[in-house]
Amino acid sequence: MAVSKRVVLHFPRRLVEQPVIYRLVKDYNLEFNILRASITAEPEEEGVLVLQLKGEQEEYDRGIKFLLKSGLKIQSLSQDITRNEERCTNCGACVTICPPGAFEVDPKTRQVEFDHEKCVACGLCIKACPPRAMEVHF
Amino acid sequence: MKTIAEINEKIQQGKAVVVNAEEVIDLVKEKGVKKAAQHVDVVTTGTFGPMCSSGIYFNIGHSKPRIKLGGGRVYLNDVLAYPGLAAVDVFLGANALPDDDPRNRVHPGDFNYGGGHVIEELVAGKDIRLMATAYGTDCYPRKRLETWINIKNLNEAVLFNVRNAYQNYNVAVNLSDKTIYTYMGVLKPRLGNVNYCSAGQLSPLLNDPYYRTIGIGTRIFLGGGIGYVAWQGTQHNPDVPRTETGVPKRGAGTLAVIGDLKRMSPRWLVGTSMYGYGVTLTVGIGVPIPVLDEEILRHAAVTDAEIYAGVVDYSDAYPNLKADIVGEVSYAELKRGTVKLQGKKVPTGSLSSYSRAMKIAETLKGWILRGEFLLTEAVAPLPGVESGVTFKPLKERPLEI
Repeated sequence: MAVSKRVVLHFPRRLVEQPVIYRLVKDYNLEFNILRASITAEPEEEGVLVLQLKGEQEEYDRGIKFLLKSGLKIQSLSQDITRNEERCTNCGACVTICPPGAFEVDPKTRQVEFDHEKCVACGLCIKACPPRAMEVHF
Repeated sequence: MKTIAEINEKIQQGKAVVVNAEEVIDLVKEKGVKKAAQHVDVVTTGTFGPMCSSGIYFNIGHSKPRIKLGGGRVYLNDVLAYPGLAAVDVFLGANALPDDDPRNRVHPGDFNYGGGHVIEELVAGKDIRLMATAYGTDCYPRKRLETWINIKNLNEAVLFNVRNAYQNYNVAVNLSDKTIYTYMGVLKPRLGNVNYCSAGQLSPLLNDPYYRTIGIGTRIFLGGGIGYVAWQGTQHNPDVPRTETGVPKRGAGTLAVIGDLKRMSPRWLVGTSMYGYGVTLTVGIGVPIPVLDEEILRHAAVTDAEIYAGVVDYSDAYPNLKADIVGEVSYAELKRGTVKLQGKKVPTGSLSSYSRAMKIAETLKGWILRGEFLLTEAVAPLPGVESGVTFKPLKERPLEI
């Protein structure tokens, strides 16, 4: 069974110079698409990579195991950007800001729907949201 | 045809027919203006958007020994407030910032916290840190005051907004080559997006375009509690281009509103951050419109398709006070999600929440239907089209050296 998942990878500094993603392709036949990358020169900080991974379930699972064994921390993407429903006023300031179009106004209720599946965790909505209802968790 | 006194009598008897400004559209289509005007007593409106020119004042009571804050400095959660009224009366504006906020030193600034947020927290019942310095007098000897304050202990806490509920507003775009950060939100380059900020067909003054029922003294929904129209708002500008049915096509009338902050709620007064611009307060306002005759109802049945606004370039025309507009669009087009401008399909975003505006109109409707809210006669009208009241630009006069 084929799967397509988005994950956030946290690289400890010692792994930044290793071709980890190359191994995912070579050894586990996984297709990857980089959604966001942040590599830092600060010795104490870690690198963050947001990836879309596609492949067979079995190989995907083995690939993830390999990443964990290498010392990476993995989060699934949907946990990363969340909306504080209490603070959201459903204004719609986020709608045109979001590159993948994860926010949509329901034409009937005029409520703003947030589609986690489309979110690539770029973070542009965080500061563009007037009541600051969008929260990032890394 | 009807008087406000008659409508109030029906409200008290539980017999009033109340609809919101969206429901009234279909009702008029179905029954015609004449029949609908006989049937409907009140149309409720609502708006919920960032509204600068909002502020609060309160009286903290006298300390022992006394302190005179006027002429000194007062901070509320590090946000600068204005004590220059008297000894212990304090005014806080929605735009105020802490002294150490970096503002736009690294552009665009975040503006995570300011006056609007202090107002929201005070209304929510949270303790607020007050720090003050004063110069000391024989009758007010104290020079420093540091204390927690809470809304429940304040002698008066009043929301007083000098300009809210704009009757229509600019639609904002950016024609330049770089992203700009404005009070109309983040505007992407080369007509990358369009932002608007009005509840359109639900908005109070767009449902009473000539201020026939909304006037000084009108009782309203304000911030979740009850308030009143205190005066015309600053920048009130009734004499702008209007459509054939009288709907202003530019920002026109405004309201100054006042109400008891202690009875309001943080759900309807929300501290707001405009990235790269500053802080403000998102305010909920709802105004009931008594259906006194057919004309009032015809106006209250206005639809988004009949309300047009000017599209303004916030990279040049707005900052440089040029009158040029990029075009005109209707709220019906804006709400469809894209508008056509200069041959380009541009996606739209709103800063005003229509769904929350609807909740306000519905809440007000509920209050009236339950007999908890009676309508008021205006004490005096707002300045109308013929009043000569206009919004003048500043004519600078160089200071002589």
